[in-house]
Amino acid sequence: MVAARFPPSWPHRETFNKPLDKTSNWTLVAMSVQNSKAAASVRKASIVPKVPGGKPIKALYKKRDEEDRLDKGVGWDETHGKGLIKPADQLELTEAELKEEITRILTANNPHAPQNIVRYSFKERSYKQVVVDQMAVHFVLEGSLVHQDSDEARRLRARGGLPGVSEAVTVETGAEPDEEETETPATPVEDGGEGEEVGEDDRPDSVASKTDMKQPKLTNQINFSERGTQTLNNPLRERGSQTEPPPRRNFSATANQWEIYDAHMEELQKQEKNKEKQKATLPKTDSDRSKKRLLLMETQSDDLTKVGKASNIFERMIHQNTFDDIAQDFKYFEDASDEFRDQEGTLLPLWKFQYEKAKTLSVTALCWNNNIQDLFAVGMGSYNFSKQGCGMVVFYSLKNSSFPEYIYPTKSGVLCLDIHQQHSNLVAVGFYDGCVAVYDLKNEGLEPVHKSTAKTGKHTEPVWQVRWQNDDMDNNHNFYSVSSDGRVVSWTLVKNELIYTDIIRLSLNGALSEGPGDTQLPIFACGTAFDFHKQIDSLFLVGTEGGKIHKCSKTYSSQFLETYDAHSMAVDAVRWNHFHPKVFISCSSDWTVKIWDHTINTPMFTFDLNAAVGDVSWSPYSSTVFAAVTTDGKVHVFDLSINKYEAICRQSVVAKKTKLTHLEFNPIYPIITVGDDRGYVTSFKLSPNLRKTPKAKKGQEVPKGPEVEVAKLEKLLSLLREQEESPV
Amino acid sequence: MAEVEETLKRIQGQKGVQGIIIVNSEGIPVKTTLDNSSTVQYAGLIHQLVMKARSTVRDIDPQNDLTFLRIRSKKNEIMIAPDKDYFLIVIQNPSD
Repeated sequence: MVAARFPPSWPHRETFNKPLDKTSNWTLVAMSVQNSKAAASVRKASIVPKVPGGKPIKALYKKRDEEDRLDKGVGWDETHGKGLIKPADQLELTEAELKEEITRILTANNPHAPQNIVRYSFKERSYKQVVVDQMAVHFVLEGSLVHQDSDEARRLRARGGLPGVSEAVTVETGAEPDEEETETPATPVEDGGEGEEVGEDDRPDSVASKTDMKQPKLTNQINFSERGTQTLNNPLRERGSQTEPPPRRNFSATANQWEIYDAHMEELQKQEKNKEKQKATLPKTDSDRSKKRLLLMETQSDDLTKVGKASNIFERMIHQNTFDDIAQDFKYFEDASDEFRDQEGTLLPLWKFQYEKAKTLSVTALCWNNNIQDLFAVGMGSYNFSKQGCGMVVFYSLKNSSFPEYIYPTKSGVLCLDIHQQHSNLVAVGFYDGCVAVYDLKNEGLEPVHKSTAKTGKHTEPVWQVRWQNDDMDNNHNFYSVSSDGRVVSWTLVKNELIYTDIIRLSLNGALSEGPGDTQLPIFACGTAFDFHKQIDSLFLVGTEGGKIHKCSKTYSSQFLETYDAHSMAVDAVRWNHFHPKVFISCSSDWTVKIWDHTINTPMFTFDLNAAVGDVSWSPYSSTVFAAVTTDGKVHVFDLSINKYEAICRQSVVAKKTKLTHLEFNPIYPIITVGDDRGYVTSFKLSPNLRKTPKAKKGQEVPKGPEVEVAKLEKLLSLLREQEESPV
Repeated sequence: MAEVEETLKRIQGQKGVQGIIIVNSEGIPVKTTLDNSSTVQYAGLIHQLVMKARSTVRDIDPQNDLTFLRIRSKKNEIMIAPDKDYFLIVIQNPSD
């Protein structure tokens, strides 16, 4: 530790006497050095000597010289010299001058630092004052502590002759004498005789140092002491913990017009719901909750059923793809060879409908849906008395021939069915066991919505035909049925009930009066087919097992308006012409098809088809065209306007031994469906020759409509009548 | 439920049908008759396509919606029924 000797108090601002002028500089510097040990800020402080005017440069020079010496650590001895050493060029001052007081102020600025340095700044494109470092170093002292046991210390001790030096010896005291020794010889060189004084001057110092040694605590007059202990350093600790990063999510979306629309609609719905809620009274909330629960249950159970509708459509689409050629034929194919065949036509087979589970059953009824033109119903059962069993009602669409649209299995064989003209979801079905039932396609479930029971007047024998009629006065739906038990019954759908009314009982002609006794029960004829007149609601025809056809009216339940001795075997079908109000057709197992004028007792036309005729049907597009199917697997198509004696198409359409049972014209498309006893339904397209319309004459509009059709048939009939009359 | 499965079974049994995939609204296959990798491929790609197609239809008229999508390609036909919750995808080779 450097211990500089100072006067007891050393103010920073002080007055100096002139003779001390130059040296005071040095002392101050020394002080600053000393202070620098304590406070670095003072280090920067330098003394600006206010040199009396005239010789500032000289003083500066001097000062530099002195500074140099100071840096070497030599100069400070002279401070105690009290002006004894006088340089040769020292100014001689008078007493008055000497006594003049000059005030000096210590500032923190370095007086020697240049103040006018500028540097060009490219950034601001101008010369800028440079900040000059104000620090001036006046004194640097290397540490000079020597360990007392070291060689150097010993040497020093030996040289300095300080045998009693204790541990507390400061190095500077060791070093001081060194310096003094080196200094002292130098001073006499400079100043000659004053060397003694230096020695004297030194003495008090050395004495002080000596006393220092004896009293280690008093190191200097300022009673400076420094103590240090090494404390335990707290080990540096760095503590950090990693937090879980908050969840981040990137979200980006583009709002389309429809998204905005959806959001808007949702908002509207919410608002409406809120309104409803406000309106709804409290007790209702409970039911709402239960409903919600139900809904939840449904949605959970749904799962795959949501694709149910889509899968049904897919089935059709796939079907469309696989049977693309047939669909094309159905729509566009016209048999070009018809032109060269004169008048005959052909049937082009289209789809074949079948259902695995109905393979053992035969087709007993066919009916097109009037509203949905590609949908038709098929009744499945058996005509074989010994093979009765369950039956089936299936609905096919032309769009899917591989699988029915609807399937209703029944316990008894189906013998007939009819689809309501307006309400095409209602289907009336007649069974072999005498029941009639109504199925509703809109109703889920496989059971009929209405069914007759023994209580509610069901037939006791197979029901051979059912037919919807116009709604009654109270707008209740009603249909008619005919059965082997000889009754024609009207069924009315009133709410949940099926109410029956016997319209007529078919007594065998004259059977009532015949017989030996009056007690004989009336014998009833078995009805096998019937048809209602197209215009006159009450008029209808009933075909019987005995081959007779009765013309009846709903209003006369006891007697027939007319009886035609039509066939020798059971009548399989009777049908009124679609256009001509007087004409109907009948067919029978006696191989014949007959056309009648209901005002005349004898048939107008008779055709022998060489096999039992299963069904006959007028075409919906022409009054003169009809088709019949026979048990030998043939379809016969007649057009009376072209050929009155022969069929214009006779085509075998199924494998041998397969019997055709029924036939139906599609109300719109030129196709027919034919059912057989193997459970197949085949559809055929009629070639152009089979649906000829009168050729258009040039310049004339082709007359169309029912009147034309009526006239066409009327013309034929009148021709026939004339022929009949002429021979008479 | 059973009815739908039966229908799907019938569809699978139809001539030329290569596979049926049912995809839920997130594009994850729920039911499939194809192998795993092609199912995932079909489901992923078709989901995107359907979304784009629906967006197109609805952009033109927000009240409108996509009901079916049929893609006829050289090799087969892909039929898609985009429902709200499920997509039904059927791949058929009509020429088979």
